[in-house]
Amino acid sequence: MKNSLRLSTASTMLVRILFAAVAAFPIVFMLVSSLKPDTQIFGDMSSVAAFLPVGNISIDNYAAVFDRVPAARFLVNSIGISAVTVVLGIFVNSLCAFALSRMEVRGKRVVFTVILATLIVPFQTLALPLVWWVNQLPYFELNGFSLEISKGWLDTYQVQIIPFIANAFSIYLYHQYFESIPKELDEAARIDGAGWFKIYRQVVMPLAGPATATVAILTFLPAWNSYLWPLMVVQSEELRPVMIGIQYFFQLNVSWGEVMAYASLITVPVVVLFIAFQRSFINSIASSGVKG
Amino acid sequence: MTTSPLPTRPRPAVKTASHPVPAAPRRRAGFLREQISGWGMISPAAILLLLFVFLPAILGFGLAFTNARLISPRPVEFVGADNFARLFADPTFWRALLNVTYFAVVVVPVQSALALAMALLINKKFRGVNFFRTIYFLPVVTSMVVVSLLWLFMYRKDGLINELLSTFSFGLIQGADWLNDPATAMPAIIALSIWQAAGFHMIIWLAGLQSISGELYEAAQLDGASRWHQFRYVTWPGLKHTRSLVLVTITIQALGLFDQVSVMTQGGPLDSTTTIIYEAVRSGFKQQETSYASAISLVFFVLVLLISAVQRYLTREKD
Repeated sequence: MKNSLRLSTASTMLVRILFAAVAAFPIVFMLVSSLKPDTQIFGDMSSVAAFLPVGNISIDNYAAVFDRVPAARFLVNSIGISAVTVVLGIFVNSLCAFALSRMEVRGKRVVFTVILATLIVPFQTLALPLVWWVNQLPYFELNGFSLEISKGWLDTYQVQIIPFIANAFSIYLYHQYFESIPKELDEAARIDGAGWFKIYRQVVMPLAGPATATVAILTFLPAWNSYLWPLMVVQSEELRPVMIGIQYFFQLNVSWGEVMAYASLITVPVVVLFIAFQRSFINSIASSGVKG
Repeated sequence: MTTSPLPTRPRPAVKTASHPVPAAPRRRAGFLREQISGWGMISPAAILLLLFVFLPAILGFGLAFTNARLISPRPVEFVGADNFARLFADPTFWRALLNVTYFAVVVVPVQSALALAMALLINKKFRGVNFFRTIYFLPVVTSMVVVSLLWLFMYRKDGLINELLSTFSFGLIQGADWLNDPATAMPAIIALSIWQAAGFHMIIWLAGLQSISGELYEAAQLDGASRWHQFRYVTWPGLKHTRSLVLVTITIQALGLFDQVSVMTQGGPLDSTTTIIYEAVRSGFKQQETSYASAISLVFFVLVLLISAVQRYLTREKD
């Protein structure tokens, strides 16, 4: 009995390791190849060396990437766009969820239902009319002391940020989380003379850390990884985000070492960020009511 | 003084029967203040959703019946169902529909089963559980564009996949030219898509697994239930709601297949990997035919609605 139990734990562990190997091998291959010259990448492919940083290792590919692509500019753009989207997204969506879950607002049920209904509209079906629509929106520009109004958001930073701030799924996550915080806290704060915004800022939000971590990651990932949208709405090189940089490698006689270096360069920041927050992220998404 | 014929505040006067007099006006002011601040807090998100989800959705619906182009000097005209007539007469559209169906029919069961297996493997606490959770989730944080580029390289005739196949089969299996063969291009895209997204659905399964009470397992163990029976009679019924959520999200994501195709095959070879969204983007963006693309998007949206309705019906509460 005990022996068979030990065997089953050992075999479970073996299966776990097998799954981990399948999940990780392409990423390890990418990171390792980014350090090798092209000839060696192909030479190592038929052996375990494909996954090991052995042989002629250097960061030459990375240096070459910065020559071929304005990678620094793209990275700065992506960091800025993602950070602003995350911060504004956390604020706007949590504020909305706060009113919907903790205040007695007339008509809030209808509003919540309508917000949830937007979840079934896939972004891909919105993208094309959205391009047409943002091109009709006014654009305010402060030129010295005079405010200039022109038409069309195409080729700007805000077109990459503002449409993605409000998000029904984030509102839903915050709503579920706020429901689990006792309402007595609000009442106590109100008796002490606190206004609603003060309750939001000083009572509820400090307790909603796990929900905020989840919303932050779920907003950050699509912002950092966005490809289709900037491809359609951003033409100027100095406004483009990192994923578009990949287009610079779609040409004949591509150096795969450089491709792998660029791919690693835009993946590693996300992975590092994810590992730093992974405990709070996976635990919170697993407990914050993604339960259907 | 006491004979004033009309009370100045009729409503609070009635309520004084059960409440202290000064409380009433204060509560009413509080009610009003709550409405104003409540709507003030809701409106930023509500206005943004209105502007960037509802309006484009309605706009897309309308544009599908016009001849609008992205940049065009001609005024936009109503053309009725012309776009749809053209769409349904287009063999590429039917091929795209077939491809997406093929993709979904394979991806939905295989990916949800693998994701559940992964969730079961890391559900219990053991040494290194966080390590495995991180590794399983790693493909999800890697962008689909990067993943596609990476697999594009691995799928080459002389690429890593074929080398691995050859090594593990001791030279017996000679791999295909995966992405350049109409027979293998879609299966290749299916494999990488499952690899990339299984981790995300693992998390949803994990949420469901953790909502099942541990007492149920203890009771089952006391009754001497085997691990398979525990899964069959405790875990599986306990995942009822999670199941429908996972199925709906995977199906909708499968129908929206785009990034992989755009980076790896551009719909080829011989339209064997083209998809509905790829066709919509191709006509709307590359050929600037906003109206035709909107018609495709509308068909896609109706399809998504239909499928989620059918799935909701099939997984409804039967009791």
